[in-house]
Amino acid sequence: MKIIILGAGQVGASVAANLVNEDNDITLVDINPVALQLISERYDLRTITGVASHPSVLAKAGAKDADMILAVTNSDEVNMIACQVAYTLFHTPTKIARIREIEYLKNTALFSQEALPIDVLISPEQLVTDYIERLISHPGALQVVDFADGKAQMVALKASYSGMLVGHSLRDLKTQLTGIEYKIFIIYRNGQAIIPNGDTVIETNDEIFLISSQKSMRQLLQLIRNKEKPYKSIMIAGGGNIGLRLAESLENKYKVKLLELDPAKARFASETLKSTIVLNGDAADEELLIEEDIDKTDVFCALTNADEANIISSMLAKRLGARKVMALINRAAYVDLVQSNTIDIAISPQEATIGSLLAHIRKGDVVVVHALRRGSAEAIEAIAHGNESSSKVVGKAIMDINLPQSATIGAIVRGDEVLMAKKRTVIEADDHIILIVSDKKHVAEVEALFQVGITFL
Amino acid sequence: MQLAVIQRILGILLSLFSLTMFPPLAISIVSSDGTFVPFLSAFALILSIGLALWFPVRNIKNELRLRDGFVVVVLFWVGLGITGSVPLILASIPDLSITDAIFESISGLTTTGATILTGIDHLPKSILFYRQELQWLGGMGIIVLAVAILPMLGIGGMQLYRAETPGPVKDTKLTPRITETAKALWYIYLSMTIVCALAYWLAGMSVFDAISHSFATISIGGFSTHDASMGYFDSDLIESVAVFFMFFSGINFSLHFIAWGNTSIKPYWHDAEFRTYLSILLFVCVTCALYHFLANDYENIGNAIKDSLFQAVSIATTTGFTTTEYQSWPGFIPLLLLFSSFVGACAGSTGGGIKVIRILLIFKQGMREIKRLIHPNAIFIIKIGNKPIPERIIEAVWGFFAAYIAIFVFLLLALMATELDQVTAFSALAACINNLGPGLGKVSQHYGDINDVAKWILCFAMLLGRLEIFTLLVLFTPTFWRR
Repeated sequence: MKIIILGAGQVGASVAANLVNEDNDITLVDINPVALQLISERYDLRTITGVASHPSVLAKAGAKDADMILAVTNSDEVNMIACQVAYTLFHTPTKIARIREIEYLKNTALFSQEALPIDVLISPEQLVTDYIERLISHPGALQVVDFADGKAQMVALKASYSGMLVGHSLRDLKTQLTGIEYKIFIIYRNGQAIIPNGDTVIETNDEIFLISSQKSMRQLLQLIRNKEKPYKSIMIAGGGNIGLRLAESLENKYKVKLLELDPAKARFASETLKSTIVLNGDAADEELLIEEDIDKTDVFCALTNADEANIISSMLAKRLGARKVMALINRAAYVDLVQSNTIDIAISPQEATIGSLLAHIRKGDVVVVHALRRGSAEAIEAIAHGNESSSKVVGKAIMDINLPQSATIGAIVRGDEVLMAKKRTVIEADDHIILIVSDKKHVAEVEALFQVGITFL
Repeated sequence: MQLAVIQRILGILLSLFSLTMFPPLAISIVSSDGTFVPFLSAFALILSIGLALWFPVRNIKNELRLRDGFVVVVLFWVGLGITGSVPLILASIPDLSITDAIFESISGLTTTGATILTGIDHLPKSILFYRQELQWLGGMGIIVLAVAILPMLGIGGMQLYRAETPGPVKDTKLTPRITETAKALWYIYLSMTIVCALAYWLAGMSVFDAISHSFATISIGGFSTHDASMGYFDSDLIESVAVFFMFFSGINFSLHFIAWGNTSIKPYWHDAEFRTYLSILLFVCVTCALYHFLANDYENIGNAIKDSLFQAVSIATTTGFTTTEYQSWPGFIPLLLLFSSFVGACAGSTGGGIKVIRILLIFKQGMREIKRLIHPNAIFIIKIGNKPIPERIIEAVWGFFAAYIAIFVFLLLALMATELDQVTAFSALAACINNLGPGLGKVSQHYGDINDVAKWILCFAMLLGRLEIFTLLVLFTPTFWRR
């Protein structure tokens, strides 16, 4: 695929790095030659220096025969105009833009084909906020992702001594958790993926991926983690874009405190938020944390711009008695360092963002892609089209589908129903199939499975 | 100070005001009650004063400056208050002294409703109508004053609204031009009056009473054409009409304007001041009814609830109609009612008192201090309806509150120095500075029995309350007059 990425910032650069490995022709455009140079030295891609929305710059970047344009510069306005230019002058088929400003986002009519022709709007801050919000509403989960408009949900858990999972085989668990439809479809043990069968016994520190319908998931988690009480009080460090949005969406359901160092920002946050208590102070100030009852806080989220500050303040919070601590960490290297040590959950903004982009890059009818485990694995929702003769999946039982070794099907969404995948389940046309590919190398094979043969056309 | 411009405006104002003698004049002709001459001579006198002021300076048309605004506003009320007393002085029935006539006139124009008259039922109809008309004109003046003029001078409760960021629900400045705003508000005021008069008439009042009482209701005045006030009619229907329109007129007129423009009642509910206003009224009403129930002084609990509702709304909105002798109600209730008039109605309405929005802000400020003790590092912003209120406004509210109390204490001492007893002095002052009307003690029925000095002090209190204190006080500061 020929992809033009506008803006070599955090999102642009990490998306470029992710896509360049997958046999895509990437052109990266930015106004700052220094930023471009760093990236072009490291990855196999083309870079163009210039204003991203100028037609001449886009032409130079090869907009004429690009399949997709991804506008992720710092400015909403530049992103919008770039998509408009690409549509009017170059007829680029897929246009994705990052729009941060809620003022624009809430007027959806702006982005119709006649107005600002943008096919997909992404708002990384919103994605990260939603991601954290889902984690908070599912106590104990490491990752929560939605499929089929939220009908099905997948949750990643860490098995611990206190829970009911450790030491049981999956068959055991089935008998204990009767009446709830779910499936454990992959287990990570010491970084190795295991596709479990009924005899697999769960060990401590296993990372377990569960799938279920949204309704059953909450019930299931409660049963598995019967000692885990629901969260009540949340402390957020950092009143930037993400911290503020998170506080806004949580303050009606939880007791929220927001820490912000900059007095002007703290004031702004206090003006915007309704019931959140905004504190002006340093998140790494031990006295302040103690004074604000950190030991009675259920979740501490460090969401400032600085990875190091987030790591340090959440470690401190954990030591002072916070029940769960989460830290926003941009650098992938840090994530592996800290997760499963003192910090309970490391949130990687790229991971949350890239999934929504991947869905548009994948061939076949892939509707949702979620990156798992720092992008080494993917959870995919794909639609089975065609009929028995034109499709490689429709009409076949799951055991007969020619899946790559590292892939496993978890569930099927048929209409409004969520079916757990069994060996003999037969796929019908228009089923949404949810699967995990634990080795990214095999993603292309999965894509091929869901492409319809020529005869269908 | 541009005395010539001020003089010209005052001249025009008085000339226009002289025209208001015509409706009572017409009534005196129809009912031939012998007040034809007083009203005609009052008309001639006021018109000639007005013309005399206007003629020498008619060609001076300089722009008004901000400072002149204060003088114009104060002169408007003082000038009309004094000249408005002319027909009352001239008329043979009632036989009023100059002090009494001016008191009555100022009480009317400030929509206070405190009267020095007794035997109102036997007065000439034209005089009765004139009193109601004064209140109605006063109410109209207040609306324009509060919504259009005081914010320009940077004082008054409406300034709070100006500070709010404009949203779809509440536009700060209703229309871009003041004359347009004033016109729109007058239309609302006029249509409310018409609807109210019709409702009274349908509920069983005579045409004369319906129109007269609608004037006093919409302006939150409280003058009546009967000694027994609303109690004269002894009709549940009339009382409920009165309760509804008193409540309705106590709401910020900009809210009426917006609700009217959007043809929706949502703007009312979205307004924090309105919600507080409603809850205060409910609280007062429920407390009264409950206390009556406990004190067991009503045979019929339905009547107790009815009277509590009427008196709570009438007094908390600072109207001052009565259906019963609430002054002799048991326990703390008369004082509770009197205190509720300190809160008063919403800013930008015809009601008096400190105004609900200021009380709301003071309350929120107090809560903030408590929260600050618990979370010393936290930043708390005072908000009304989720909109942050600038610190400057909160300072102004505190300043207003402090001035209100200081003035109150000072005038109370002055009144007691004129040998009024404490209950009378306190309640008379509260009733006048809050533009309520009836008080307790010696002034529970009328103000005729107190001494002249006290009357003058109370006139001053009524003007202070009406002009939101600072407008009048600013004229007494040396800084204002310094060039």
